[in-house]
Amino acid sequence: MTTSASATGTTSGAGTPAPTSTASTATRVLGAATLVGIALLVVFGVFVSPPDKELGETIRILYMHVPTVSVAYLAFIVTAVGSAMYLWKRTEFWDLLAASSAEIGVVFFGLTILNGMLWGKITWGVFWRWEPRLTTTAVLFLTYIGYLAVRAVPASPRTRATRCAVVGLLAVVNIPIVHKAVDWWRGLHQERTIFGTLKPEIQGTQAFAAYLGLGVFLLLFAWLLIHRFRVAFLAERAAESGLEGAIAERRQEAGQ
Amino acid sequence: MAEAVTAPGTLRTVLSDARLVAAKDLRLELRSRVGISQVLPFALLVVLLFAFALDPDRRVLGAATPGLYWMVVLFSSVLAVGRSFGVEAEDGVLDGLRLSGLSPAGIYLGKVGALLVELLVLDLVLALAVVVFYGTDISGPVLLAAVVGTATVGIAAAGGAYGGLTARMRGRDTLLPLLLLPLLAPVLIGGTRGVEVALGRDAGPGWPWVGLLGIFALVYLTLGTLMFRPLLEDA
Amino acid sequence: MSSTGYIVAAWVVTFAVVAGYALWVLARGRRLSREVAPEERRWMTAGSRGRE
Repeated sequence: MTTSASATGTTSGAGTPAPTSTASTATRVLGAATLVGIALLVVFGVFVSPPDKELGETIRILYMHVPTVSVAYLAFIVTAVGSAMYLWKRTEFWDLLAASSAEIGVVFFGLTILNGMLWGKITWGVFWRWEPRLTTTAVLFLTYIGYLAVRAVPASPRTRATRCAVVGLLAVVNIPIVHKAVDWWRGLHQERTIFGTLKPEIQGTQAFAAYLGLGVFLLLFAWLLIHRFRVAFLAERAAESGLEGAIAERRQEAGQ
Repeated sequence: MAEAVTAPGTLRTVLSDARLVAAKDLRLELRSRVGISQVLPFALLVVLLFAFALDPDRRVLGAATPGLYWMVVLFSSVLAVGRSFGVEAEDGVLDGLRLSGLSPAGIYLGKVGALLVELLVLDLVLALAVVVFYGTDISGPVLLAAVVGTATVGIAAAGGAYGGLTARMRGRDTLLPLLLLPLLAPVLIGGTRGVEVALGRDAGPGWPWVGLLGIFALVYLTLGTLMFRPLLEDA
Repeated sequence: MSSTGYIVAAWVVTFAVVAGYALWVLARGRRLSREVAPEERRWMTAGSRGRE
């Protein structure tokens, strides 16, 4: 929840000019740190760290696959928290936070599936196998596409927020159920999985690259979430002023 | 304001409200005969179409029977859910229900109850059709009934929640399947594997699947009951 | 493609998509900032407003 807290903390003082973009000092610092982190991750993940004994060079995909999927799940948890808080507090902040986080989660889930498929092509020789984790990701990806579809249906802000909050909550409880169902479904098929291979005993630069990847993608998520939240906020204000403008126009027409 | 209109949601009032709504829905369904004259024939049609798509002589149809059965049930359920709430939204009955003083939880449970009865009839007719047309032998009738029963409660529970959500939405006919079908993926997996065991196709234990389906049903019944008030008031 | 090709592709695709998404968000922010009155642009001051 630190991300949402830092999002609230950037209120510009009364004297400073209004911002012309969604950037602020906080996001610039965060963005710079993220860029440095990405550069370091490329250096360590692609060049410095040695190939794995079992996985060979394919371990380099895991340095990105594990962070993207972790951030996606984190994003959906933020969406669920935002949804629950919206239904409780009924404030715009929680609604926009939930929606912003869901969109970022879908982007990261898409990336997870993509680099999972590339890993599969090397390891299995085919892009897709019904490997439990990849299958779960695909089902949940489509679930949250549904969330974004509900978000896109025009409605009053309160109606849209309520609908989205309900979808956000119904979707998140499905995550453990889908996990369990898919695990049992594929239970008899022992195969090399993209997650099963990340052993806890990896050490040295490999471990460093793995944790660095996680850290960098968390920073990236925070940066994206703050910006996306502000865009959502601006979009609400633009829609309101558009509505007000239309009403004023009608009044003028009626007056003439 | 809404709290003042709605009667206190004690368990007894909730259940009597649910019975009222379910009875109304079922009476409506019996009179209009849309379920019997459209949804059921559609389901039987798909059973037939699968036989054309998968050559029955090559045993593909027989091997795929449990999965095909649940696919037909899922698609027919989407139609049944859409119909159950479409009727309400078109005539503004949903607003009437909200203002009627019935508890939202009662309305939700009533809709789910009516859906459950309709879907169980559908399950039964489809099962008979599959036995006759696909030549299926049933070796574990108790397990089969348990799997079909719990899975159908889950479908009705999730369907009731998303039906209420999409009832007044623009483009609900395409949104409902997009929302409902990924959510029901565990039901399809559990239902198919459970039926495979019940038909003797798979040696593995079948009852854990019933447990998983039961958890799914309970989770979505609970969530639907809790969520129906905001849905009825705002969505 | 060799395995190196797929590994490079995974990195390039991931960061290209993230960069594309980030730029799209930033561009939308700039465009919307122009549309919204300056006093409305202090996003967090009104953050706690309710949905009426």
